[in-house]
Amino acid sequence: MSKLMSSRIAYGEALVDCGIENNQVVVVVADVSSSVKTDFFEKRFPERFFNVGIAEQCLVNVGVGLSLEGFIPFVNTFAGLLLRSFEQIRTCVGYANTNVKLVGSYAGISDYKDGATHYSICDIAAMRAIPNLTVIVPADAVEVRKFVPKIAEFTGPVYFRISRADTPVIFDDSHQVTIGKGQIIHEGDDLTIIAIGVMVERSIRAAQLLKKEGIKVRVINMPTIKPLDQNLINLAVHETGAMVTAEEHSIVGGLGGAVSEYISQVHPVPIEFVGVYDTFVETGLNHEYLLDHFGMSVEDIIKAAKKVFKRKNEYH
Amino acid sequence: MKYYSENLILKLNNYASQLRMDALKMIYERGAGHPGGCLSCAEIISTLYFYYLRINPRNPHWEDRDRFILSKGHASAILYAALARRGFFEIGELQTWGHPNSRLQGHPDRLKTPGVEMTSGTLGQGLSIASGMGLAAKLLNAKWHIYVLMGDGECQGGVVWEGAMMASKYHLSNITVIVDYNDVQLDGACHEIMPLEPFVKKWQSFNFAVIEIDGHNIIEILKAFDLSKEIHDKPTVIIAHTTKGKGVSFMENEAKWHGVAPDEEQYRMAITELKGGTNE
Repeated sequence: MSKLMSSRIAYGEALVDCGIENNQVVVVVADVSSSVKTDFFEKRFPERFFNVGIAEQCLVNVGVGLSLEGFIPFVNTFAGLLLRSFEQIRTCVGYANTNVKLVGSYAGISDYKDGATHYSICDIAAMRAIPNLTVIVPADAVEVRKFVPKIAEFTGPVYFRISRADTPVIFDDSHQVTIGKGQIIHEGDDLTIIAIGVMVERSIRAAQLLKKEGIKVRVINMPTIKPLDQNLINLAVHETGAMVTAEEHSIVGGLGGAVSEYISQVHPVPIEFVGVYDTFVETGLNHEYLLDHFGMSVEDIIKAAKKVFKRKNEYH
Repeated sequence: MKYYSENLILKLNNYASQLRMDALKMIYERGAGHPGGCLSCAEIISTLYFYYLRINPRNPHWEDRDRFILSKGHASAILYAALARRGFFEIGELQTWGHPNSRLQGHPDRLKTPGVEMTSGTLGQGLSIASGMGLAAKLLNAKWHIYVLMGDGECQGGVVWEGAMMASKYHLSNITVIVDYNDVQLDGACHEIMPLEPFVKKWQSFNFAVIEIDGHNIIEILKAFDLSKEIHDKPTVIIAHTTKGKGVSFMENEAKWHGVAPDEEQYRMAITELKGGTNE
């Protein structure tokens, strides 16, 4: 098992670095600063930090107003709570194409103590359906740190999804990220697993176990869900001929939806989805347990991979 | 107290009348739009666009301009008319409103129309967005002012009061809200659909400076704007008592004229009235 690191702390630290680099960076938060770690920024740059209280619609609109005047607002709350401002995000961020960086923390089922009210298993589906929005889900704390300055430099609205959990570290400091690009992190040509977030590390473990059984799996880390890295998917489709998507999100409309929408138009191949099977997830004692018991275990990935591999062979 | 000449008052009243006719013409020709809420805010819009706002039609993005947000985006017709009459684009372009490829969308779109500060149309957004702009102005040490024209009906939405708390908390005296209080919304009278009273007390309790005026009286509007600039520790709200459909007798105070276009006969009668004639 790899070493664990906190994505939210990495985010909070990266945001401070961003604030040092660029005095246009401002932070807005809805009363969850010490949870989502924007308190680091507040301490360093109190004049560029605004707490709107428990008012998510106002949160987004304050970010919109700041962005209209040239600031780069990072707007923060729990991913599940950000959905309260979905209309503001559609109209004032997406449609008005304002340079607002929406950061949904405590994403997926990582806020295991609080349960379904605080989980976000449909945020990716919702956000990626909004034109103009770029949707990014980092795989570990290193990617979080790498993406924050890229998002600040990028012109246009972004949804950035962060876990509450301490998650396995996959990458070292030499890791490079580019918005809109995925990368192959495990080679194979029997099938491809495309994964995001905490499921990337689980997919690598699944690929290593499948290798022992003679199934060669390609694993793609796809942090940008929108716009999708179509070239990388095209290559995988043609070179491996079968797909599994793995995400800490509902199988409805998330990464699986995005990938299958694309490949069904260009080159349909068998595909299986690993994620939350259209249900509300319970409270748990820890994050790992919930992932393991609600459809996102390494074993679930292996099962999906074997199933899709079988389907692929039946096709030919 | 500042002196305002009779000529200025006359000019602004004439513009209000012109904008009413422009907006009705646009709504009639398009067969769609919101006449009632355009007619009720004509004096407020004319005072802002032809006297009060520091803006430059040749440079819509001039940094030091005052910002105006039409939170009640349904009144787009009168905003477009004011922008055209003020020189942001040709008056002839008003005919393209709502047509394919037009820069004039059904509701204001900041990316398409010169002079539109912020996209609007879904109600309740203006004040919280203005709060973000007000914070930005403070960070930039900028002197421009932000005006937000709101409908009364949209004050039924919670996000308005979230924005109000934000503006109060940060003492954003660079924000002046004008509420077009015509007491009529889509489904009927505001005081029946969802009462706003005690409205003045509501705003006072949110730590706003409150000024109540007759929203069809140019001098009162001018004085209220002047007064709001003298307040340096809190945002201002001007509660402008108005008549929905003002100036067209059969549209006045009628909810059914919230969002429908007049037919040819109705349009002819309305224009006759607005020109000062009668339909007897």
